Amino acid sequence: MISLTHLLALSGILFVIGLIGTITRRNIIMILLSLEIILNGVNIAFVAFSYALGNLTGQIIVFFVMIVAAVEVTVGLAIAVVLVQQMGQTNADELKLLKW
Amino acid sequence: MVEHQEIARAAAAHTVAPAGWLAWTILFLPLAAFLAITFLTRKSKLLSTSLAIGSMAIGLAATGTLLLHLLRAGEHAAYQYTVNWITLPGLAVEFGLLINPLSVLMSLVVTGVGLMIFLYSIGYMADDAAYSRYFAYLSLFAFSMLGIVLANNFVTLFMSWELVGASSYLLIGFWYDKPAAADAGKKAFLVNRIADFGFLAGILMLWSIAGNQLDPKTLNLIELEQRMPGLIAQWGVNLFSPLSIAALLIFCGAVGKSAQFPLHVWLPDAMQGPTPVSALMHAATMVAAGVYMICRVFFLFGEVPGALEIIAVIGGFTSIFAASMALVENDIKRILAYSTLSQLGTMVMALGLGGYTAGMYHLSTHAFFKALLFLGAGCVIHAMHSNNIWHMGGLKKAMPVTTALFFIGSLALAGIWPLSGFWSKDEILALAFGKCKILWTVGTVTAGMTAYYMGRVLCVVFLGEQRDHHAHPHEVPPVMYMPLIVLAIFSVVGGFIGIPSLLHHAKGVHVEFNKLVALISSAAAAGGLLLAFKVYGKQPQEDPFAVRFKGLTRLLTSKYYIDDIYGWLNTNIQQRTALVSAWVERNVIMSFLVNGTAKITGLSGSLLTKFQTGKVQAYALSLVAGIGILIYVGWRCIP
Repeated sequence: MISLTHLLALSGILFVIGLIGTITRRNIIMILLSLEIILNGVNIAFVAFSYALGNLTGQIIVFFVMIVAAVEVTVGLAIAVVLVQQMGQTNADELKLLKW
Repeated sequence: MVEHQEIARAAAAHTVAPAGWLAWTILFLPLAAFLAITFLTRKSKLLSTSLAIGSMAIGLAATGTLLLHLLRAGEHAAYQYTVNWITLPGLAVEFGLLINPLSVLMSLVVTGVGLMIFLYSIGYMADDAAYSRYFAYLSLFAFSMLGIVLANNFVTLFMSWELVGASSYLLIGFWYDKPAAADAGKKAFLVNRIADFGFLAGILMLWSIAGNQLDPKTLNLIELEQRMPGLIAQWGVNLFSPLSIAALLIFCGAVGKSAQFPLHVWLPDAMQGPTPVSALMHAATMVAAGVYMICRVFFLFGEVPGALEIIAVIGGFTSIFAASMALVENDIKRILAYSTLSQLGTMVMALGLGGYTAGMYHLSTHAFFKALLFLGAGCVIHAMHSNNIWHMGGLKKAMPVTTALFFIGSLALAGIWPLSGFWSKDEILALAFGKCKILWTVGTVTAGMTAYYMGRVLCVVFLGEQRDHHAHPHEVPPVMYMPLIVLAIFSVVGGFIGIPSLLHHAKGVHVEFNKLVALISSAAAAGGLLLAFKVYGKQPQEDPFAVRFKGLTRLLTSKYYIDDIYGWLNTNIQQRTALVSAWVERNVIMSFLVNGTAKITGLSGSLLTKFQTGKVQAYALSLVAGIGILIYVGWRCIP
């Protein structure tokens, strides 16, 4: 039987994988991917609680999160395309212009 | 928003208050003349003169009308005209005039003597390039002085007080291309600044103790007078009660303006200004403002005996101290300046002894004969182009009118019966005789010294033969001696026109004529004059006194080294304090506090910029670390 604990564990594992990916990967596309994994980890937690508590609000929020994630990826990939065009690479370490 | 209030007093109940515009006219016409001359008629001598003189003449006429009103209304009459000026919660400042016998008497002196001196100036300043500027300044001075005289509250009074200081500065330094004149102006201004600081502190102190839960704090003189009994009950009147301290601080203002010891040093130097200015401001009116102000606030001074004693001693000391310096002075205007100091000291002494009427009486007569003497000296200077009495001599042949007038002024100042100076000085001496024998002795000795130095001036300047044969003295034009004749008439009859009776309702001590005192002071005056005629009557070429008493003369001509002491204090104490302060300012305040703050900010900024790597992932890492810390703290601390 799959309990709430299992679902939350899965959610936590996904969240941490995403977090580590966001911090360690250098390719900007991989960072965006990791962000998606974080969001999905959170989504699973929402759905799990929604299921456990019999309350649909959590699932509704998940839809919102998915929409926002889609938009975010759109913007993020557009920035990645522009970066390739302008600088010819997608390495996050090289993008240091936002410095003092 | 003009409010006309009449102070309801029994004696005045049946009379109608004089129209408010009368009082406002007296005050504001000179200001209008000043503005008009400065901005419109500067180019025209005739227009500027007529504006200035017209405003004074109308002011004199209006004052006369007010006097008639007051005489009809009885001696307790007082009228107040106010405009609300600043109204804030807890602070209501008004701009107002208070017409009572005291202010009308002083206003008569200011406009009357002022008018004579304005007329005289036409002749004296005729050849001056800055003629219109001179009359503009005189008008400004008249406005400020009348502001002091008529003000009904301390704010208006203090404002006018400062304006008088400013116009005094402008007029002393009128010939600003002469370094001595410019310096004298500065000196007068700075010395008065010290005194006015005390004055302001006194006003604020009085203000802060004047209110209670029922009545808001006030600076209105009549309000304060009505509250005095309550304040006395609350604070007491010993020397260290707030009332005494406030009175002494307010007296500080008078010490500056009326040039009492130890702030007398500016007045002799102020003689660098044009002579009519010396006559108007530094003899007759402005320097009397301090004495007048004490009278105006006498409801306070009269209640604090400890402070009054200090005032009397300062006044008595100034009077004999200044008279001694006049004994050896060789500049005719400075002799008169020291004499003014000495007479002001006598007035302050009278006030300190509680003699409100006596002080004001002497102020009024002194204004007439001292203005007369200064203008007479102006005629002599005009004719001889020199201030030194040892260059003059035998002027009675060339200038008979001036000589006669100067004699009248000198005898009035010396206190010879029946001239005005005799009556007013005698009132003060009789008062002192009854109250304090030491001060009476000081006053009598001063009277003798006064007679002596005036006799010296008369002998050296007017009698005998001419010493300097290069000069060709001539009688002055009528426009210059006619005002002198008017002043001389008042100097003669000033004792009979009932000045004291105008003030007799007031608080303070009333004195009866005392035959013994009158006899002794007359003897002192006559003795002084005779001694002077004996010493100086033989036409000496240099001062026999200076030859005989070399050491004493040196002490007196160096003004008891007071200027030197102040100079020493300036260079050694003030200058060094300034250097230390400058060092502290530069090294502690600037480099440590001000720049130090900037440096710490800059340093922490440059440290913090190290975290701004520009790498997005570093930011993400610190974000995660921060959240981690928050979760850990939350987990540990929240039970």
